[in-house]
Amino acid sequence: MKYFILITLLLSSFVDLWAQDETSVFRTSGKIYVVVGIIAIIFILIVAYLIRLDKKIAQLENKNNS
Amino acid sequence: MNLIPNKWYKILAILLVLYVLVYGLLIDLPTDVGILDETIRNLFYHVPMWFGMMLILLAAWVNSILYLTNPTQKRDVYAAELTNVGLLMGFCGVFTGMFWAYNTWGTPWTNDPKLNGVAAGMAMYGGYWLLQKSVEDNMKRARLAAVYNVFVFPLFIALIYVMPKLSQFSIHPGSGESVNFKSYNQTNNMELVFYPAVIAWTLLFVWIAELKSRYQLLKIKKENEILYSDHLTTK
Repeated sequence: MKYFILITLLLSSFVDLWAQDETSVFRTSGKIYVVVGIIAIIFILIVAYLIRLDKKIAQLENKNNS
Repeated sequence: MNLIPNKWYKILAILLVLYVLVYGLLIDLPTDVGILDETIRNLFYHVPMWFGMMLILLAAWVNSILYLTNPTQKRDVYAAELTNVGLLMGFCGVFTGMFWAYNTWGTPWTNDPKLNGVAAGMAMYGGYWLLQKSVEDNMKRARLAAVYNVFVFPLFIALIYVMPKLSQFSIHPGSGESVNFKSYNQTNNMELVFYPAVIAWTLLFVWIAELKSRYQLLKIKKENEILYSDHLTTK
């Protein structure tokens, strides 16, 4: 449920983005979306690595406390 | 099983940074930003590094004060690791700033109160780092570092925030009489990304500091166990 609310909030913020007209030089060719996509992929991979690290440290903590 | 502690702020950090990375690059800009032009988007990446650094160093400062009132291992480790991560953010800010300045002002470093203040401030935190490394006795090291940190943080804020504000002239925005948010009146929707950006980057770096602290605490615990077991076997 909490996930759902968060994701809905996130997506609703993009609604006005798609409604904008394409007047900006930055976006007319549409290629900026490729860059945005690549940055997003890199960030997601970094986060995946952080999550794995977090899990490993948590496992060590659990082992040490029991 | 709850394998990852404090999960919620981490999820929030991931979602917000993703939002900032995507929306920050696509948002419509105000048209009256002068020579900054499209590089004003750096407001979502360069500036939050400094805001986040100040917030994280503030947290480290609070931990140092708490350590002095009640000395526990945890507070010492938190203060040290938060400071390290705060400085990491600071270096991100310095290098992104130099790159941005090179492309906007034509030189990576100007003799500006904001920039020189930051250089002096970072050097003071270099002193903190040296102090952490140079005292053998662990209790003494922790207490000296805490006292140093209690002094250095207000000075740091004075150098990087208060002094540039008071100065007569500064080329850097956010100091003296130079530009700020309110100067962009036309389509100022940048706040929509900027404030989430500050929270997002801060939380992401807090996460890294948390990981480092937990690793450090585990390491100390393990070392103590080894010491203790050696003590038992030799008796």
